[in-house]
Amino acid sequence: MNPQAIIDGLIAGSTIGLGAIGLTLTYSILRFANFTHGDFLAWGAYLTLTVAGVLGGLAAGLGAPVYPFSFGWGLPLAMFGGVALTVALTLGLDRILFGKLRARGADAIIIVMASFGASMALRSLLEFIFTAKPAYFTKALQIAKPLGLGMRATPDQLLVIGMTAVLVVVLHLLVTRSATGRAMRAVSENPSLAGVYGVNVENVIRVTWIIGAGLACIAGVMAGLLVQIRPYMGFDLLLPLFSAAILGGIGSIPGAMLGGLIIGLAEAFAVQIVGAEWRAAISFVILVLVLMLRPQGLFGQKGA
Amino acid sequence: MTALSVAGLHAGYDPDLPIVKGVSFDITRGEAVSILGPNGAGKSTMIKAIAGLVPCFAGHVRLGQTDVTGLASHHLVRNGMGFVPQTENIFTRLTILENLQIAAQLLPKAERAGRIAAMLDMFPDLAARPGELAGALSGGQRQMLAAARALLTEPQVLMLDEPSAGLSPKLVGQVFDTLRRISEAGVTLVLVEQNVRAALTLTERALVLVDGKLAHDGPSETLHDGKLLGELFLGHRTAEART
Repeated sequence: MNPQAIIDGLIAGSTIGLGAIGLTLTYSILRFANFTHGDFLAWGAYLTLTVAGVLGGLAAGLGAPVYPFSFGWGLPLAMFGGVALTVALTLGLDRILFGKLRARGADAIIIVMASFGASMALRSLLEFIFTAKPAYFTKALQIAKPLGLGMRATPDQLLVIGMTAVLVVVLHLLVTRSATGRAMRAVSENPSLAGVYGVNVENVIRVTWIIGAGLACIAGVMAGLLVQIRPYMGFDLLLPLFSAAILGGIGSIPGAMLGGLIIGLAEAFAVQIVGAEWRAAISFVILVLVLMLRPQGLFGQKGA
Repeated sequence: MTALSVAGLHAGYDPDLPIVKGVSFDITRGEAVSILGPNGAGKSTMIKAIAGLVPCFAGHVRLGQTDVTGLASHHLVRNGMGFVPQTENIFTRLTILENLQIAAQLLPKAERAGRIAAMLDMFPDLAARPGELAGALSGGQRQMLAAARALLTEPQVLMLDEPSAGLSPKLVGQVFDTLRRISEAGVTLVLVEQNVRAALTLTERALVLVDGKLAHDGPSETLHDGKLLGELFLGHRTAEART
């Protein structure tokens, strides 16, 4: 078996893990499976691309690749704008749709169906604005460098893995050590009691959307940087995202990341063992196995 | 001076079927009051409505001079209301210290550590293991943590919904000893309780709610022999003037 599957799996798993963290946070705090999360990835990538285009128009030098990467300073700068715009998109959607349903005390299934509809609308809107033709952050080609033990990776790919590791650690510290994180965990366990403790639950929900949207945008940019940007890129990632979040245990940030890495590695090894055409089925198989054998996931709590 | 004033309160889950029907009473600062009544009388619904957890359809709730009717529970806490729900009143997946830290966020930063230390002094059982998950505590210790959390912000009024529910007699004794200390410290106490004898011993005044309406409001000793209470619970008396 080619050990390259380990690197391929870690790279795919980084994107899946980051996306799954956002998903697991919204799932545990807002208490519904948010089907729009995949589209936030795609919107994040396209919005970052748009901002990068504007920045490139303002200062052409920002687009020139910075060694050893395939992109220039324009992309990381644009990502800040992309994150801000994706956050605005999610907060706007919460204000006009999810927040209104919450205020009416709608059942979770109603909110899930609403998110499904919103997901289709967001995807169609993306296709309408940007067309279905793939787009790219960079046209520069990169040569994968040997890492030893028969594995190779490009600098962009290593950056993605490193950035994911940093983000996961920062986020884990935020949730476990800060007042905001304590409030998030409190709302996740019992929103009504959190209010009695003096926690402003709506503020916690806003923070959750902001973190989820930010991570979705970064995950979308990573996926777009390493492969390509398409309106359906988020939708295609939805099943792996849900599988990773459920495998890790709903509400667990390290769990979602580990779940993402396991899904990524399983997909990469499946490509070698049973063929690329079965790659998409792996997430589904893992999801079904987890739901049957350990529904609380690796780090989740029973009944959570 | 009035700590809590409730006037013509109608509350419940459906405006067409209110559970609390036009209840009015005033509680003065430092007073300890029991709210008693048969099952289904609306005691818990009323206390939750006052605490901002159940919709109020009509009437007013005032905390001191501030009208807090219909405010969300987190606003009420900031206005000086402490509420301890009957069940699920602590965060079991957070540590004892984290439970207290969440409540302490409402205080100025300089006061937080001092107030948490004061609560741990008041409840030595909690001080012994602040880093332990609250879910590992016994029933009585959970009630103590819930009370410590509510007291941490020095509320004007502390309301407790059946603090003895599900506890062994020994633990009930511990919880009521704690509540007595809290009351003696001058905190206004409002207690919904099924354990009538313990509640009447602790509080100086009792309100009896029957079918969502106030059926009695008077000194606790008037209910000690159980005769009047029996009549009220069985519906033989529907209204009693405040004595």
